[in-house]
Amino acid sequence: MFGRGKALPGHGADKGTAPGGAVDSGPADFLTTRLETMVGWARSNSLWPLPFATACCGIEFMSVVSSHYDLSRFGAEVVRFSPRQADLLIVAGTVVDKLGPTLRRIYDQMPEPKWVISMGVCASSGGFYRAYHVTQGIDEIVPVDVYVPGCPPTPEELMYGILELQRKIQAGEKSRDTRSAKAAEGSRYLWSPGERTPDEKSDPVKPAAG
Amino acid sequence: MSTIVEALTLSAPAERLRGRLEGSPLARRAEIFDLDLPTIEVAAEDWLALARFLRDDPGCRFDLYLDLAGVDNLRRPGRKTRFEAVVHLHSLTHNEHIRVKVLLPDAESPSLATAIDVWPAANWFEREAFDLFGFQFPGHPNLRRILCHDAFVGNALRKDYPPGQRWFFAEEDLRWPDWAKDTDARAGHFETQTISIGPSHPATHGIVHLIARLDGERIVRAETQIGYMHRCFEKMSETHTWNQVIPYTDRLNYVSAMINGVGYVRTVERMLGIEVPKRGVLIRTILSEFSRIMDHCVNIGANLVDMGALTNFWYLFQNRENIYSLLEACCGARLTVSYVRVGGLAIDVPADFVARCRALLESIPTFVDDVEKLVTNNRILRNRFQGTGLVTKEQAIGWGFTGPMLRASGVAYDVRRAQPYDFYDQFDWDIPIGTDGDNFARYLCRIEEMRQSLKIIRQALDIFPASGPVNSDDWHVVLPPKDAVYHDMESLIYHFKIIMEGIRVPKGERYDWIEGANGELGYYAISDGGGGPYRLKVRPPCFPMMAAFEKIIEGGSISDAVATLGSLNIIAGELER
Repeated sequence: MFGRGKALPGHGADKGTAPGGAVDSGPADFLTTRLETMVGWARSNSLWPLPFATACCGIEFMSVVSSHYDLSRFGAEVVRFSPRQADLLIVAGTVVDKLGPTLRRIYDQMPEPKWVISMGVCASSGGFYRAYHVTQGIDEIVPVDVYVPGCPPTPEELMYGILELQRKIQAGEKSRDTRSAKAAEGSRYLWSPGERTPDEKSDPVKPAAG
Repeated sequence: MSTIVEALTLSAPAERLRGRLEGSPLARRAEIFDLDLPTIEVAAEDWLALARFLRDDPGCRFDLYLDLAGVDNLRRPGRKTRFEAVVHLHSLTHNEHIRVKVLLPDAESPSLATAIDVWPAANWFEREAFDLFGFQFPGHPNLRRILCHDAFVGNALRKDYPPGQRWFFAEEDLRWPDWAKDTDARAGHFETQTISIGPSHPATHGIVHLIARLDGERIVRAETQIGYMHRCFEKMSETHTWNQVIPYTDRLNYVSAMINGVGYVRTVERMLGIEVPKRGVLIRTILSEFSRIMDHCVNIGANLVDMGALTNFWYLFQNRENIYSLLEACCGARLTVSYVRVGGLAIDVPADFVARCRALLESIPTFVDDVEKLVTNNRILRNRFQGTGLVTKEQAIGWGFTGPMLRASGVAYDVRRAQPYDFYDQFDWDIPIGTDGDNFARYLCRIEEMRQSLKIIRQALDIFPASGPVNSDDWHVVLPPKDAVYHDMESLIYHFKIIMEGIRVPKGERYDWIEGANGELGYYAISDGGGGPYRLKVRPPCFPMMAAFEKIIEGGSISDAVATLGSLNIIAGELER
């Protein structure tokens, strides 16, 4: 399965520490690696995505899993609509404030380990909907591992995002940042909570306390 | 009518309307104007009487309630009242549109009687006006917020509401309908239970929340909650210029984005009174019809997936990929094309446009035939489609249906035929109609509409000019060619003015409508002479259908509800804007 005596990517060999490595002499039906490398390799190539498709990006996501682009080439085609069976949340499309609690609940229902791809600019930052009912990026609500820009991203861009996520999984990187706690504390008034300058014309003026 | 002088003689439809009103007690209480449509202005207290008259009078018979648009005149001086409720109606008998403006004198709590008893379609439109404008509708059975979340404060489309002001929403803030809060014991049957489907559910096609009370497997009562995709299109269009709105229109019905853009720019062009050259119009028509095919592909494909028939989805989606390639060749984008501009198109089509179209005309029918062969006579499909999701002709009209949903119930109303625009009157094609009004009839109608669209495209290609301009040459509206911008001062100035200030659309208003993929897609635009819309209201075809969904599925089973939801062709971006 792994060829003969090959070290897997991410193995110490390519960092120069060489704790083990390839055995060149004669036929060898074994390999040496670290457990976490092995697990990362397995995880990254058997992603089960949950498409949280809300809008236009959802239609492009359909393209990605359809016959023409065929996401199964990257081991990520087993689309699951139950969060309990998925380990990759692909948020495809605009998330509005009314949907925020639902998104958080779905994320919380997914078992560890889990990853999040934010597909499209709306999910990443609110996009050009800088408006009274649109969440200015899902990282207000859930931690995001890979942001895929585009409105909507082309299938190739999403695939690149998935490959990028696979690289991160193999390397053991994980995002834990979320701005939700900040947004939730204190007043029920929400200033477009992205760290943006408040002095643009379209931004609201924060009302006096009370 | 601050800017439009009332004509001494009215147009024929308006004159006829005046004649009918003469004989009624409302004669002196309603004013008739002739704008782009015959327009009746009426005070709030007379609205209900007028509504009944317009529906029942044999000379009026305005039976299709199309749209309700709130208008806030805060920054529009010279109007009689701050708030107006603008209703658009259509008469299937006389094939006419009219507009009724209800003046709401009380600026503190604007209020008008509900029209649900006259047109059931008014239900959700009135809730929307309540939500976004704070209009009160005494007598409305369920006047709750519909688009904004339940913790929202204020009315977002009022002119004094800041476009970016958000309010925090938590799970416990979600308001359930009162009947759903009843304990199961009180509901009277030990097997009764209330379940929640969605907002995130594979069968909800985007984000829709259905709350249903079940008796065994039968739905005894249901209510649909929407607003999970309300991304403020109308507020955004008020803060952008006329051309900047085009990308937002693409994201209304993103499954057939091109049609939305065409509908929008047509409205603006007719406000400006400019003409687009034949070549430009035909490109729009051809790509719109391809978009209609794409829309039906997704609709049928997704509907079948919901029922477990996955193979068809691949077949139909391959069609979409092929059409995407054509769109990509024209404008560089696949899905949200932003290809149209006020006055024409962003750029001309590639040299091999006609050849590409003709190749598609060859390939699409084979995919459609394959799907037909696979499922049309399939026993399972027939069992699940025939007799489910029934909508009678009267119900469909009362609920304000248009498009394939209306036609499947036996009404041959298609805007392309009833009020032909562009070159549709020159094409030979048929309107497929159904007789049963069930899910199967809708499926068959859509399959046949794809074939009819191909027929239209074929004829459009036959009269397609091989060369010529695609844009109007009015440089107050259309950007001058880049070459001219770099080399002469005048063109540079035009370019600068359009980019920096936007197009100057004359003061006034206009409702313009075309046949979208799922029904009549209307845009009601008001200009105050500035570079962008003062108010832009979309008449979303699927909004009234979704409103009726909870009534259609009552008495059926959950599995029927899933099949029916798929056949309504709900697109969240357009439903909630």
